Amino acid sequence: MFELLSEKIGQVFKKLSGKGGLTEKDVDEAMRQVRLALLEADVNLKVVKEFTAKVRERVLTGQVLQSLTPTQQVVKIVHEELTAILGGGQSTLTPAGHPPSVLMLVGLQGSGKTTTAAKLGLHLRRSGQRPLLVAADTRRPAAIEQLVVLGRQLDLPVYAEDQKASPVKICSHALDRARELAATWVVVDTQGRLHIDEALMKEVVDVKKVLQPSEVLLVVDAMTGQEAVRVAEEFNTNVGLTGLIMTKMDGDARGGAALSVRTVTGVPIKFIGTGEKVDALEAFYPDRMSSRILGMGDMLTLIEKVEKTVDEKWAKDMEKKLRTATFDLEDFLDQLRQVKKMGSLTHLMEMVPGLSALSRRLPEGMDEQRMKKVEAIILSMTRDERRHPEIIDGSRRRRIARGSGTTPQDVNQLLNQFRQVQKMMKQLDPSKAKRLLANLK
Amino acid sequence: MFNLFKKKTEEAVKRTRETWFGKITRLFERSSIEKETWEELEELLIAADTGVDTATTLTQRVKERVSREKISDAQQARTALMQEMALILKVNGNAPAVTASPRVVLVVGVNGSGKTTSIAKLGYSFKRDGNKVMLAAADTFRAAAIDQLKWWGERIEAEVIAHQQGADPGAVVFDALQAAKNRGVQVVIVDTAGRLHTKFNLMEELKKIRRVIQRIDPSGPHETLLVLDATTGQNGLNQAKHFTEAVGVSGIILTKLDSTAKGGIVLAICDQLKIPVRFIGTGEKLDDLAPFDPQTFVEAIMS
Repeated sequence: MFELLSEKIGQVFKKLSGKGGLTEKDVDEAMRQVRLALLEADVNLKVVKEFTAKVRERVLTGQVLQSLTPTQQVVKIVHEELTAILGGGQSTLTPAGHPPSVLMLVGLQGSGKTTTAAKLGLHLRRSGQRPLLVAADTRRPAAIEQLVVLGRQLDLPVYAEDQKASPVKICSHALDRARELAATWVVVDTQGRLHIDEALMKEVVDVKKVLQPSEVLLVVDAMTGQEAVRVAEEFNTNVGLTGLIMTKMDGDARGGAALSVRTVTGVPIKFIGTGEKVDALEAFYPDRMSSRILGMGDMLTLIEKVEKTVDEKWAKDMEKKLRTATFDLEDFLDQLRQVKKMGSLTHLMEMVPGLSALSRRLPEGMDEQRMKKVEAIILSMTRDERRHPEIIDGSRRRRIARGSGTTPQDVNQLLNQFRQVQKMMKQLDPSKAKRLLANLK
Repeated sequence: MFNLFKKKTEEAVKRTRETWFGKITRLFERSSIEKETWEELEELLIAADTGVDTATTLTQRVKERVSREKISDAQQARTALMQEMALILKVNGNAPAVTASPRVVLVVGVNGSGKTTSIAKLGYSFKRDGNKVMLAAADTFRAAAIDQLKWWGERIEAEVIAHQQGADPGAVVFDALQAAKNRGVQVVIVDTAGRLHTKFNLMEELKKIRRVIQRIDPSGPHETLLVLDATTGQNGLNQAKHFTEAVGVSGIILTKLDSTAKGGIVLAICDQLKIPVRFIGTGEKLDDLAPFDPQTFVEAIMS
């Protein structure tokens, strides 16, 4: 949505370019656009009003209107204020004085608590902790089973009891088990509830008393509307929250709830859930998020991803191949797989400035499907064919197509593409190629 | 029977005093209508998740009626608003007349909207009307989803056709429809995995489920119901749009109405996409499902 925002503000100012300076009226019109865009993104009405008032004041009192690039200045101010609302710096999990530290997940029904519990378990283990998952949702049918199954898949210990057991008892037994296992973190999945249910709210409070958690995280569905604020307020007053986790951020929800909830409760957003896979949990960075929100891309996350997955030796080899122009189909396959390791292309595109709007228009899975096809074609070639694609004639082409479940046309298309890449590489100045790769890293 | 549903609807939304719609009602407790009243009305409608477009349209229509019909009394203005709201919600939403047996109901929605629980309630209501009901566990993705459906199946005494987790949902549906034909089942309700409407592959999978149903009965699925959480914001519009494009949603089940959220997004969906609301979920018990009636609904949320 927010790429729309800068577009919209841009349009407002564009109309006025050539008119000379901007007036207060122009700013008001721009603020109206900001206001509508934020409301369409489910940002809470009160939060929107405060936000636009603040931005308006900064725009009018600053040197913005005299600036040569007023639109950029306004977008910059919106970006800064957005970052401030989203919580300034990044926040991490706070461990207890002595282990095990307890993390309790609370939230409405269907917000994604159980899945998030498993994701957190994996995240903690990857950062060198020994987590224990606790299934204390005795209300939803098969919720306990769900966590047990997820734990088994991830090879994480899960403490569960019969569905008839009381959550308070389960939690107190779970703490004993955590000590036996020498676990460093205990992640507790609690019952989903409608916040109006006082009896259940009381139970969360009772469970909290037993657990003495150092973290109480509210799980919020990114698709929630104006109601998000009330939910967060209610949980914060009754239970006391230390942080938020936004889930289902991989959809097209604009996540305005994140903005509102953060502002109203004052507790930081710690993680975001970005997919159904168990490793789809990311740390939350306010500045990056507001960049992403404004369509300015999220290069920092992308760079980190590249650093994590592309190994240095591979990049060096590739550089040499480029220099000597011995880049063949085997290298092409290699490159393809490196890219695949980083995740879906659409997801990557969302992080690149200017491409985020485009990525939304791509049906998801299209890119992956094509990559799979290309991989299959190359894998159906003999080693000789991969190294010397020029030997592929009609008969070889038919064999490759049969072997990869594609058509000779598909094979042809790939070969043409590859020839073009090769030609481009040959034309490339070696020093330029080096810089290109250095940039990639 | 109708009074019972009315009571249920009213009970579910009885906390309206605290909701945005409740605030709208109080807005009209003033004696006169000022210029600010309209601005406030628009804002409150937005705060109730109706979206900017529908809020503007609705406010404009009421404003016009007030000036055309020379309404000066705030209470009458409120009545006009309620009539306009009911008008928007009155999309042709009657239960389709189905002669085919088994009648196939496909239930879709995003993760966590309340599909499985709604299916149990729906199955229970068909059962109460004297039908033999079967549930098809085509959510083979989420851990323990099959167990959850089986648990409900036992309670409503409906047979559940399931394969193991990770199985092909199309195959589950195929088996279920075959079994239903052989055993003289009248209603088959198909549970599908929750999916975000932006996931290309998962939406393709849904289309496949629909094709499998059509291969066995070309007139099916006789109903395709989208389960929508009442707390959903403007994203609900996208959900309705994309699911309709993929599998032709014929109606909506609005769930979790017993929270303070009142599902204002359905006003936007009915207004802009003309998809009717068919049922509302009013609580956690098996009989907490009521057929949707625009008049009753508007009266309840605006009381």
